[in-house]
Amino acid sequence: MIPLYWFLAFSIALFCIGLFGVLARKNAIAMLMGIELMLNAVNINLIAFWRYFFAGDAQLDPTRAFAFVAIVFVAAAAETAVGLALIISVYRRRTTVVANDMNLMKG
Amino acid sequence: MILQILFIIIAVVTLVSAIFVVTAHKLMHAALWLVLALFGVAVLFAFLEASFFAVVQVLVYIGAIAILVIFAVMLTRRVMDDSGPQLIKGWWVALVGVGALFVGLLAALGTWVGFQAGPGPSPDPALLTQLGSDLVDPTKYAIPFEVASILLLAALVGAIYIAADKKGGKE
Amino acid sequence: MPNFWSDPFGFLIQWFNNLLLGWGLPGGTVQFIAYVVGAFILVAGSLFFCLLLIWAERKIGGRVQDRLGPNRVGPFGLVQAVADMLKIFTKEFVTPDGVDKVVYNLAPIMSVAAVILLWAVIPFTITFYGNDLNVGVLYLVAVGGLADLSIVMAGWSSNNKFALLGAFRAVAQLISYEVPLVISLLLPVMLSGSMKLNEIVRAQDVPFIVTAPIAAAIFFISSIAENGRAPFDLMEAESEIVAGFNVEYSGLKFGFFFVGDFLHAFTIAMLFSVLFLGGWRGPGADQIPILGFVYMMIKTSIMYFLGLLVRFSLPRFRIDQMMNINWKMLTPIALGAVMATAFVDKATANVLATTTPVLGVILRTLILLVTNGMVLWVASDLMGSVLTRKERRVVALEARPVARPEPPAAPIEPTEGEVS
Repeated sequence: MIPLYWFLAFSIALFCIGLFGVLARKNAIAMLMGIELMLNAVNINLIAFWRYFFAGDAQLDPTRAFAFVAIVFVAAAAETAVGLALIISVYRRRTTVVANDMNLMKG
Repeated sequence: MILQILFIIIAVVTLVSAIFVVTAHKLMHAALWLVLALFGVAVLFAFLEASFFAVVQVLVYIGAIAILVIFAVMLTRRVMDDSGPQLIKGWWVALVGVGALFVGLLAALGTWVGFQAGPGPSPDPALLTQLGSDLVDPTKYAIPFEVASILLLAALVGAIYIAADKKGGKE
Repeated sequence: MPNFWSDPFGFLIQWFNNLLLGWGLPGGTVQFIAYVVGAFILVAGSLFFCLLLIWAERKIGGRVQDRLGPNRVGPFGLVQAVADMLKIFTKEFVTPDGVDKVVYNLAPIMSVAAVILLWAVIPFTITFYGNDLNVGVLYLVAVGGLADLSIVMAGWSSNNKFALLGAFRAVAQLISYEVPLVISLLLPVMLSGSMKLNEIVRAQDVPFIVTAPIAAAIFFISSIAENGRAPFDLMEAESEIVAGFNVEYSGLKFGFFFVGDFLHAFTIAMLFSVLFLGGWRGPGADQIPILGFVYMMIKTSIMYFLGLLVRFSLPRFRIDQMMNINWKMLTPIALGAVMATAFVDKATANVLATTTPVLGVILRTLILLVTNGMVLWVASDLMGSVLTRKERRVVALEARPVARPEPPAAPIEPTEGEVS
């Protein structure tokens, strides 16, 4: 029997690793990979809570968590596609993917 | 007992691959470690008896998003020659902040009453058909479903337009 | 204890379980060991079966091309595949300089693993299958998507521009053809009401190839494209890019890609017969499970033979023709078929429920067949103009730069005294 806090600790750890990736990497694509890790941590969290409290009881409307997780999947896919398209487009103009160098709008 | 050992193994593998994702020198290696991390998450979904999402995770994340990331890495390869430091100058600040966040979140959740709860009863196998009918039920989740499809359409059109190679366009 | 003659697989499984329990192991461990041994036997069996497949392919290919296949080694050339296997085993692993060792070695393993994992959910008889997953059909698509990853890894780690180019084209083809594959897989799921493969087989009183012929055809074509066989074999076009993404692989590593390719072709035939031809269904298969296995092998062999005929008859597609076929023909037809079938099925469900079961099944089949015919008719009407639109520029009327004639060259005068 696995208590809930194992899953919660794992998901918080994954989220923090993803956050570190976003904050500390130079390459824009590596930042996107960190964002993917964070979104996966969120998904694990949601499913863990669903399984531990909502799964077996038909009264509690167990498909609610499924709809939430499905929307997170969709949002992650859409945001990755557009983000990568933007990065490739910027690379074409200025041949750089270092996030610090994309500073044309800097005031 | 054996479930706990399996969970620890899979969680350690996933966390270690996540650490390699954010610290790998070559970007391609980072992308491949990302694939392993996503696979570990899919296995954990299967652990939590959410079989549908385990398979959808492999299908969407590994089959589509990871390949997209690998494509982007290969298409922008000339510049980031994987030499020199991969982390920005102030990375230890980020490390300290992230560590503080981890400890803080764990402490905040630790005071919650359900923290040590055991698993509830198993889900009904017919939940999958229930999900299908709920997603198109107007009193339930038809609106999020439609909004998600519009979001995907917008992302599709946007990505194609942004990444399209305009011949002789703005330089 | 099932009878050995009517259900040998079940008998063997039961005997093995009893043996392990007799040794005093707890029930959970017995089940785990049984799973591991069963998986191992399934994988080994499929890989050994591949030898027969290679022989069949070369013989039939030879006959189609008006020549005998291999006929020297063993009777009818049956041992040829073993000879090939021995040759590939003993070849040296030539690893080029500068490759990424781990990724380079991992790619062929993943390529074969992605195919063998498909065998885990296929129901061979009514009782013998790996695991009847609740989301079996989705699992098939997800695991099929792992093959693209192995090709990207192979192409990138080879440190070779041609390999990378081949990998790009291959992955573009594979991820494009996943779309009509998934959409056409929706139709058996809709018609049978479940994603479990055994349920789909059980629901086929009338095989789905009759009630959903468009989905069957699109599934067949997309699967051939996913596999990378002719006419979609741009991935390994030997005349164009010198074996594409696996140009730097030699010996057993190339053998792995090769085996994966052939096994995938057979797996596609098995999946088609499970999803559309009724799998293990046939007269007497419910009571005598081994008959189900025989029927399944017969149907699979027929579909494999059909795939071989297609492979050896059609020339290769260009990449733009391939993309056109996918996005302009297969995907719209698949979407149209799904929508029409869903609409018609729901609209007539109430009416058909009032008739007798046999008449209801026949009427439903006829109505769905008519629906498919109408979708095809509408599609061919609408797309005839799109697909045959001439996209070539008219070159003759453009103003082309005219070459200025050069002034005539001065004749070379032989110098005095150099007459030879």
